[in-house]
Amino acid sequence: MVKLPIYLDNNSTTPMDPRVLDAMMPYFTQNFGNAASRNHPFGWKAEEAVDYAREQIAQLIGANEKEIIFTSGATESNNLAIKGVLEMYARKGNHIITTNTEHKAVLDACKHAEKMGAELTYLEVEENGILDLQKLQEAIKQNTVLISVMWANNEIGVIQPVQEISRMAKERGVLFHTDATQAVGKIPVNVIEDGIDLMSFTAHKMYGPKGIGALYVRRKNPRVKVSAQIDGGGHERGMRSGTLNVTGIVGFGAACKLCREEMNEESKRLAKLRDKLENALLALEESYVNGSKENRLPHCTNVSFKFVEGEGLMMAMHNLAVSSGSACTSASLEPSYVLKNLGLDDELAHSSIRFGLGRYTSEAEIDYAIEHVTQAVNKLRDMSPLWEMHKEGIDLQKVDWQEH
Amino acid sequence: MREVYLDNAATTPMYPEAVEDMQDILKDVFGNPSSTHSFGRKAKSHLENARKEIGEILNCSSSEICFTSGGTEADNTAIKCAVNHLGVKNIITSKLEHKAVLDTAKLMEEMGLAKVFWIENDKEGKLDYEQLNYLAQTHDNCLISIMHANNEIGTLNDLEIISRIGRESKSFVHSDTVQTVGHFPINLETLSLDFIAAAAHKFHGPKGVGFLYCNKNNKIKGLITGGGQESRRRAGTENVAGIVGMVTALRNSVKNMEANAKQIRKMKDYLKVKLCSEVPDVQFFGDTSNNSLYTVLNIALPNRFDAAILPFQLDMNGICISSGSACNSGANKGSHVINALNVLPNHKPIRVSMSEFNSLEDLDYFIAVLKSLDLN
Repeated sequence: MVKLPIYLDNNSTTPMDPRVLDAMMPYFTQNFGNAASRNHPFGWKAEEAVDYAREQIAQLIGANEKEIIFTSGATESNNLAIKGVLEMYARKGNHIITTNTEHKAVLDACKHAEKMGAELTYLEVEENGILDLQKLQEAIKQNTVLISVMWANNEIGVIQPVQEISRMAKERGVLFHTDATQAVGKIPVNVIEDGIDLMSFTAHKMYGPKGIGALYVRRKNPRVKVSAQIDGGGHERGMRSGTLNVTGIVGFGAACKLCREEMNEESKRLAKLRDKLENALLALEESYVNGSKENRLPHCTNVSFKFVEGEGLMMAMHNLAVSSGSACTSASLEPSYVLKNLGLDDELAHSSIRFGLGRYTSEAEIDYAIEHVTQAVNKLRDMSPLWEMHKEGIDLQKVDWQEH
Repeated sequence: MREVYLDNAATTPMYPEAVEDMQDILKDVFGNPSSTHSFGRKAKSHLENARKEIGEILNCSSSEICFTSGGTEADNTAIKCAVNHLGVKNIITSKLEHKAVLDTAKLMEEMGLAKVFWIENDKEGKLDYEQLNYLAQTHDNCLISIMHANNEIGTLNDLEIISRIGRESKSFVHSDTVQTVGHFPINLETLSLDFIAAAAHKFHGPKGVGFLYCNKNNKIKGLITGGGQESRRRAGTENVAGIVGMVTALRNSVKNMEANAKQIRKMKDYLKVKLCSEVPDVQFFGDTSNNSLYTVLNIALPNRFDAAILPFQLDMNGICISSGSACNSGANKGSHVINALNVLPNHKPIRVSMSEFNSLEDLDYFIAVLKSLDLN
């Protein structure tokens, strides 16, 4: 028997690994110091713990520990990267290139920058969710200061060609920022080999605590700087002020260490489970996977079920915690802009479900999910006049609907 | 060796209850509060209950509480959003503010977004409210940003007077209340303030979490954008466990506020009197009266103590203390607060900051060690 409800929304957030909590505990109790206190052991112990975590985090992404700037999470990191680069490199230019399937944190920061006078290019991704490098090449201009393209998409899991993007950015002397919130800890990320200048990531997407994240800021070839967005005290090499969240940082470090050690095994296991789930769902008529299946995170899939209403589907399978898109926009009833930008119409976008598997997902849970999604889809279709018409061979696109 | 922690203005040890409540959340409630499924809704209910309780404690609407990563972010949000979204053109503040306010105000001026006016302070760090009133009355679109209590010298500002000046001059008022939330009663219904900032780790809660009170009349769009959390005032997945730990700590602090205040005030007076009688020529920076921040006593030590190494000498004896704000530790320029007082040039500051977990014995030990280091 599986325990219900089943959590298949690991792209939105992950449960904490108990080993992470164990690492954090001493810093809630006896080692409570302020890492900026220079004069006594409480401060030193806190600072030591922060330094150690910084190393663990840097190791996971192939960085130097001095290149890790702690923030409250990926949203703040994305804000700091985009607004911070624009301010810092204002003399060089004010043009930013990004894509239309980025997370809201990047898109909103870009919108904000646009209002403040920056010039923005939002590149459209291809139908498979991947950016056409030719389009990027053509979009780079004299005044381009930043290319911001996410590593892996939060809704469809599609992985962008970051190495090619970074090479292109380097050739043209433009900085490259990537929102790697979904990628770090899940697939190999190496800021040196992959040529990353700035990278956002967060602990709670990799079995660590909420409220702590980081921005990787390259220190060599080139030395990158961002203007602080939170001032006062000059913590984090002047790029981010505020008393460090020591326990959160310790948890983040522990989470990174575990991901580094277990990523290979885990991603293989999850890819197998994901494929099992996906194949079973594709066995249903008129169901489609959104985005590239080749370049994709191993643990997630986004499936559209034609002739099924998304909200109804979610309710019919209430024992499965899944989502129809990003949690950050799930309060709105609008269909996912990511799916729409892949070319899906509103209706199909509405009937799409994101399945995000994680460290604690078991095969029994996947079997349960397969059975219940299948049942729910079939049941909803049985009640649907549209499905009936489709089965009768009527092309719904050509029906002339009468208004009553 | 005895270990005595007297650096509670830098950060405080957590209440065990706050640790327990956080642990429960970290173990069992991991959902993203923005998710619509049961995991998300459970997290959301913890988040909203916390918000409601803070609203009740401060006597404001829960919707006016906006969670942040701490006091520094809250101060930054208040000042930058007042300038960027509320049309503030003039900032009136003092040289005694925490760096989170000081640096932000200066930055607004450097960027050409607002002009900063500095109000004068006396030798104890008390502010010239007449000048404040004059500046606010004679300038339009003002933001008054004055801290409730100074983190280094313990001088308390009068929020009633400041808020009245703000109301009468139609200025926005922000107060950095990081040292006083949980330690002093703050009633936001009777005070007409626009913003206050708080950090959980200053009242025995966790680090990495705090809040901004933002009066509901002020439509700010936030500092960190992208996701629409916190009524579009602060984007990013909420730190649910931290927020729950914060509210437990605040509840505990407020429940025992009177008793703690009495106990710590007594310790402050005891320390002051005993130092005066036992360490010749000792003086104090800031306000040491009954109407001061009871957790902080800034001791002005005469020249014969070696100020450069004193904190380390104290540490060798197990006493954890600082000469000023942790946020400036490592900087050699000396405290901007002490410099702004412009007194006792031959004395150097040592800040004792206490909490309910300290005792008179701790202070006796501190005094004994201090005397042993006295070259007199």
